[in-house]
Amino acid sequence: MGTALPQAAAGPPRRFSLMAAGGRKPPVAAMKLPAVGLLLAWSLIPLFMTLWFSFRHFNLLDADRYFSGLENYKYLLTDDALVASVVNTLILVVSVLIVTVGLGTLLAVLLDQDFWGRGIARVLIIAPFFVMPTVSALVWKNLLMHPVNGLFGFLLRSVGLQAIDWFADYPLTAIIIMVAWQWLPFATLILLTSVQALDPERKEAARMDGAGPISMFFFIIIPHLARSIGVVIMIEMLFLLSIFAEIFVTTSGGPGNASTNLPFLIYRYALLDFDVGGASAGGVLAIVLANIVAMFLMRSLAKTIEA
Amino acid sequence: MNRTVRKKAITTAVAWLVALLIFFPIIWMGLASFKTEIEAVATPPRLFFSPTLENYRDVAFGRANYLHCAFNSIYVSFGSTALALLIAVPAAYAMAFFPTGRTKDMLLWMLSTKFMPAVGVLVPIYLIFRDTGLLDVRFGLLVVYTLVNLPIVVWMLFSFFKEVPPEILEAGRMDGAHARDEVLLLLLPLALPGIASTALLAIILSWNEAFWSLNLTGPAAAPLTYYIASFSSPEGLFWAKLSAASTLAIAPILVFGWLSQKQLVRGLTFGAVK
Repeated sequence: MGTALPQAAAGPPRRFSLMAAGGRKPPVAAMKLPAVGLLLAWSLIPLFMTLWFSFRHFNLLDADRYFSGLENYKYLLTDDALVASVVNTLILVVSVLIVTVGLGTLLAVLLDQDFWGRGIARVLIIAPFFVMPTVSALVWKNLLMHPVNGLFGFLLRSVGLQAIDWFADYPLTAIIIMVAWQWLPFATLILLTSVQALDPERKEAARMDGAGPISMFFFIIIPHLARSIGVVIMIEMLFLLSIFAEIFVTTSGGPGNASTNLPFLIYRYALLDFDVGGASAGGVLAIVLANIVAMFLMRSLAKTIEA
Repeated sequence: MNRTVRKKAITTAVAWLVALLIFFPIIWMGLASFKTEIEAVATPPRLFFSPTLENYRDVAFGRANYLHCAFNSIYVSFGSTALALLIAVPAAYAMAFFPTGRTKDMLLWMLSTKFMPAVGVLVPIYLIFRDTGLLDVRFGLLVVYTLVNLPIVVWMLFSFFKEVPPEILEAGRMDGAHARDEVLLLLLPLALPGIASTALLAIILSWNEAFWSLNLTGPAAAPLTYYIASFSSPEGLFWAKLSAASTLAIAPILVFGWLSQKQLVRGLTFGAVK
């Protein structure tokens, strides 16, 4: 392997003359086929099945199956849980975005400064992103937010306040805090990469012109970060729209529908009520929602690839 | 001079305070894993205690199948990553070095399949798996993870392959190298760091995936995400054991994540931020 490279590098002088003679072109189409074929099947077959099921009366507990037109959609749209779940989904997504992008920007600027132990501090801040969702859900629910034995309850009581039963009284807020903790590192890491790519001469020039740290932040750093912030928002949105495990292990969507989001509602239809038709109608709704977000993301990504 | 040192000291204090605050839940979990069950739920919380390895022993060799699930996690995350690389390397090579007018559209289309919310296709996948006997089968989950990560893997490999000077590969081809040798002997060694970080990202994503694992597996094929979720049952507070199991479950991925943090940005933003 080590000898192959220098040999190849010695090629250039005659390379161009041989180019016309033509090296064999590899079987390009065949090389792409497995990836393209598999993704085509993976993206189209389930999608069409979901669409098809959404127009059928189809319950796993009921042998009777038939075309039922828009029945499933009608049922879904008149289910109180749907409105609650869409609202919860939006609250969850928007709140987490505000917290992570806001704090992430500040953290990125902080980590861009020169200080002792920067590498280790950065590693500590990124860590929550690598914690699997079921672990962070149970650690937050039990060790931290449990009203009797959790640390937060103890801290509140020790300053004379009443402990909060987070997942019973403020389930959505508790989930937002937890999910924001998981996604803050993502925003920080990406914005930090972007801050570090800022041309130091621009900062120097602004400093020469007498810009203080605050105007530096608002007039140099924020405009520079604008595009990256856009990317962070859109990618986070795609993941946040499908938060599931965190709800599954903490509140199971409750109490009532207080912390049911769209993915959890669809899961409930499908695997708890065995209503394949209804779950598929919900699935179509989720796909439409995600695609609206994806459209914006694709448009800005299209500008960044050089193919 | 003195002022810059003071500024640096203040920044250091603030940054470390913030970092420790963010990392704190993980520290707290790690501490709890060395407590007895009684100490773990004690109020006020115990900061000083005589550490015990009891929980780790119970988790690893007790009746709950930690080792079984850990093996499942390794099987699905490493297996799906290997399979995804096998499928993606030829495709990314073809697209990076023999681009056509449609290559860019094809990349974008591949990526767009990533935007299909899993829950939107839960029902058909669940039914297909049930009818083909893949429910609660390790290999079934491996296939799902391969397909879920394939777009990101192709995308990242493509962007790393683009950085390899095509002249080197062309020279090899002129010397009569077959496409297979060209990829195996020239491209892969040159792009090895990029391939490694692509693999790390795919492993991390599969290891932590908790939608398909919770819905498509049961006792037989359950990976660690599922195993940990089983601690959410209300009977009994096994916080110390939960902490020990969690610590073991996240430790390898924390290391992988720290190793690949630089390249991670590129993978996670689909190359939009480098």
